[in-house]
Amino acid sequence: MAQQLSAAKEPNAEQIAEQKLYKQMGVTDDEYARICGFLGRKPNYVEIGVFSVMWSEHCSYKNSKPVLRRFPTTGPRVLMGPGEGAGVVDIGDNQAVVFKIESHNHPSAIEPYQGAATGVGGIIRDIFSMGARPVALLNSLRFGRLENDRVRYLFEHVVSGIAGYGNCIGIPTVAGEVMFDESYEGNPLVNAMCVGLIDHDKIQKGVAKGVGNPVFYVGPATGRDGIHGATFASEELTAESEAKRPAVQVGDPFMEKLVMEACLELIDSGIVLGIQDMGAAGLTCSSAEMASKAGNGIELYLDRVPQREEGMTPYEMMLSESQERMLYVIRPEHEAQARAIFDRWGVICAKVGKVTDDGRLKLFHHGELVGDMPVGALVDECPVYNPASQEPAYYRENAAIDTLRYPEAANLTETLRRILASPTVASKEWVYNQYDSMVRTETFVRPGSDAAVVGVPGTRKALAMTTDCNGRYVYLDPAVGGRIAVSEAARNIVCSGALPLAVTDNLNFGSPEKPDIFWQLEQATEGMAEACRALETPVIGGNVSLYNENAKGAIYPTPVVGMVGLVEDVDHITTQGFKAEGDIVLLLGDTKAELGGSELQYVLHGVTEGRPPELDLAVERALQQAVLEAIRGGLVASAHDLSEGGLAVALAESCISGGGIGASVALETELRPDVALFSESQSRILLSARPDKADALQELLAARGVPCRAIGTVGGSELRITVNGKEGVRSDVAQLEKAWKEAIPCYMK
Amino acid sequence: MKGDRVMKFAVLVFPGSNCDIDCYKAVESTIGQPVDYVWQTSTDLSAYDAILVPGGFSYGDYLRCGAIAQFAPVMGALKQAAEDGKYILGICNGFQILTEARLLPGALLRNKALKFRCHSAKLRVVNNETPFTRDYAENELIDIPIAHGEGNYYCDEATLKELQANRQIVFRYEAGNNPNGSVDDIAGICNRAGNVVGMMPHPERAVHELLGSADGKRMFTSILNAWRERSGAAVIGG
Amino acid sequence: MKAKVYVTIKQNVLDPQGSAVEGALHSLGFEEVGKVRVGKFVELELQTADRGEAEARVKAMCEKLLANTVIEDYRYELE
Repeated sequence: MAQQLSAAKEPNAEQIAEQKLYKQMGVTDDEYARICGFLGRKPNYVEIGVFSVMWSEHCSYKNSKPVLRRFPTTGPRVLMGPGEGAGVVDIGDNQAVVFKIESHNHPSAIEPYQGAATGVGGIIRDIFSMGARPVALLNSLRFGRLENDRVRYLFEHVVSGIAGYGNCIGIPTVAGEVMFDESYEGNPLVNAMCVGLIDHDKIQKGVAKGVGNPVFYVGPATGRDGIHGATFASEELTAESEAKRPAVQVGDPFMEKLVMEACLELIDSGIVLGIQDMGAAGLTCSSAEMASKAGNGIELYLDRVPQREEGMTPYEMMLSESQERMLYVIRPEHEAQARAIFDRWGVICAKVGKVTDDGRLKLFHHGELVGDMPVGALVDECPVYNPASQEPAYYRENAAIDTLRYPEAANLTETLRRILASPTVASKEWVYNQYDSMVRTETFVRPGSDAAVVGVPGTRKALAMTTDCNGRYVYLDPAVGGRIAVSEAARNIVCSGALPLAVTDNLNFGSPEKPDIFWQLEQATEGMAEACRALETPVIGGNVSLYNENAKGAIYPTPVVGMVGLVEDVDHITTQGFKAEGDIVLLLGDTKAELGGSELQYVLHGVTEGRPPELDLAVERALQQAVLEAIRGGLVASAHDLSEGGLAVALAESCISGGGIGASVALETELRPDVALFSESQSRILLSARPDKADALQELLAARGVPCRAIGTVGGSELRITVNGKEGVRSDVAQLEKAWKEAIPCYMK
Repeated sequence: MKGDRVMKFAVLVFPGSNCDIDCYKAVESTIGQPVDYVWQTSTDLSAYDAILVPGGFSYGDYLRCGAIAQFAPVMGALKQAAEDGKYILGICNGFQILTEARLLPGALLRNKALKFRCHSAKLRVVNNETPFTRDYAENELIDIPIAHGEGNYYCDEATLKELQANRQIVFRYEAGNNPNGSVDDIAGICNRAGNVVGMMPHPERAVHELLGSADGKRMFTSILNAWRERSGAAVIGG
Repeated sequence: MKAKVYVTIKQNVLDPQGSAVEGALHSLGFEEVGKVRVGKFVELELQTADRGEAEARVKAMCEKLLANTVIEDYRYELE
């Protein structure tokens, strides 16, 4: 076959074998032998390229498949689970919500603006390729410490890349989180999530249906950008990866807006048989997966692929990750109808192939066969690894650490101010004011609350959405940290007045080839799976990003949880800010001496050690159900989840978000005062209620077995907290707000 | 009102417009008048009484915001409509397009802080005698969000003096809270005749308490009332 | 023929990008830097050999689209 046809500079099959060139593409000797077995010969350059990306972790999940199987993926509302572009969950009235999260960590580490922008572009395509109208974006970001110049550079440009893409395409960026810790230095995390709405009968699949049907390419012409992006994402970051800069793609949100509108119109016309976006591994992955899902084959005529650069080889076209491209299949008789739609939107559309019945991906270039591979081998036959797992030494050592070994914080007001000014806790206004959070005019709760709330047009319903994960907890105890990540996301959803529906997860870990890291992955996913079962929030899709390492080692294991909930009636929407003078402040849940992995520990002592807070899923579930019942019953004025910085930070945030209104709180406790204020015990929520509702609220909570104490009242302009009768915190809310709001802008000047 | 001729609204749509739906919904929800999307290739706007030029990133805002949109086929009809005294409201990118097309004086530069900004903004109603602001009180402070990267209004001294003298400054940002560096805190202006208004803030995003403010609603009632008065129909209550 | 068009913000108009770059250069120790203006550079390939005609056409392009003369100046070179 046609090895001699590939460009002269590309090595031939013999050279690939002799010089083991496949290794540069991340293919092992064993995998290479396996590929030769499937082909019955040695692969040529384009074929080994195609196998290398299809068998990369990013596309094949070869290292993570066994742990992903732990997740519950079904439920009464789940219409489509993992496997397609995004999961789909029923929200009633023939409508459904579609959502997914995806990482763009490695590209963002190299070129932060374009890396983040194309991450947003990619996740939007995943949503509209399902036929859904994207209605909201979220993002979960992790960076090193802001004292570092390079970190500030990455932070600044990642944020503007997200803004640049989302603002232009006109999808509001409504929520997210940003945390800072040196563990992410040199390896920032950029996880983008998109949420869409769809009618049940419009749901699309990425299948190449109907032998003989034409396969169309939509979107801008293909260039040499991003070649080997998928394998790049599956490697550790090294000094050489800086040199691989051309691997980063450039995004064009204006083009994506046109492609999106045209594709949604095409789907709406009812003629689409299958559609998929060209994400990682571009044309390769989309064509192979569409063929595989239909049990068919595909022939591609590569010279018909629109090309931006001259002299592109089949290898380059198959592996290019040029952005904003889609692949779809229709019946031949609908070709003119489809073409008219794309012409009106000014989007390129080219017939590049056809569906076949031989189960093979065949590539032709100027009439000659240049690649011929079994689709099944590409998609399903990548070896699945069960990497070795070992409990790391640090985990055992942490068991012995007494988190109370540091002296008591003397000045609690000053401590609160310092924690409020810690970038992880501080106001993220500097970030989210750069995002258009309101376009589409359905954003009912904007960024800065526990969860954002976005209306479902034409109904009384709304969607609550959030992302969550505290990597410190997961590092200290991956199983507990995993449980907390899911539980906290659900708690945020409940606090906004919504029922948690389902989860999309982004597993950001170090190299799975290291037993310590694989142990973290196993433990964390087990913890997440338990919580997902207990809280009835199945995992409907997600993404795995491994090899997040740099010279200093692996990042904290960071399995980001994206969650969406359903607000039954917009009247139930609840926010975290205190509402009125005289409202009663209630603390739900028990506070224990739990400082392991806390913000207090990090800010005051610069360490992350000990065991993280415990989490009992039965307690958590009861708390969430009771609070949602109370909100729906109209008993709650404000609700705020307790997280980083504990009770004191939650109180301060409720005051600040309440427009600067104060509160007077008296705590009775056996704990050390600083522990009582800054412990990060789980399953706690801060509520406020009108005085005439407070009794009924407390009765309801008592009846549901949820520990609840009235700890104070809303009013004045000061936050005052006494502990066992002694003054603990006393400050004007305005001063706390200043510390909280000015922290990040101050670093970014 | 029975028997009344309805006021017909057009929302122009360019490739890259993204507040078109919001403008459409705002007209429907605030004043319930008929509204159509009009694609940029149309060359006839004679059927419409008011034309909204929505926000977004027309043609990607490549080169300069609004620079390419000014040459879209529909712009000839828009100029004609302006001459005919029809009500034209350009919001955000729509304002940028109107200045590029010279339907309004001045230009919009990058925000002084070089960052896109999206948040609530307090605006002062400087001139409440335009067809777009008659339902506001003079000097009223209203809450209308902004969302732009290039909203820094610029004009030369002479033009500014003219704007001031002719009461063409319709909205100003509240003193001390200018988000983008605009000359004289300008947030919105009108032409000499008063029938063309351009503004960076988004009144269509402030038409319901759930959105955080309903202060934008009265811009739409103003337009309807002005039109009704002009065409001799009954005016609706504010 | 090739035309190179340079578009800059007018001298009397505030150029926030220029000011930011100026500040950054100073903080990097390039103290000799005075005023900085940031502009655009547009390269056009023209299907013509007539220099006079090209000149007139490029000027028209600048006036009409490439520059907004309310805020921007332009100049061009033909080669």
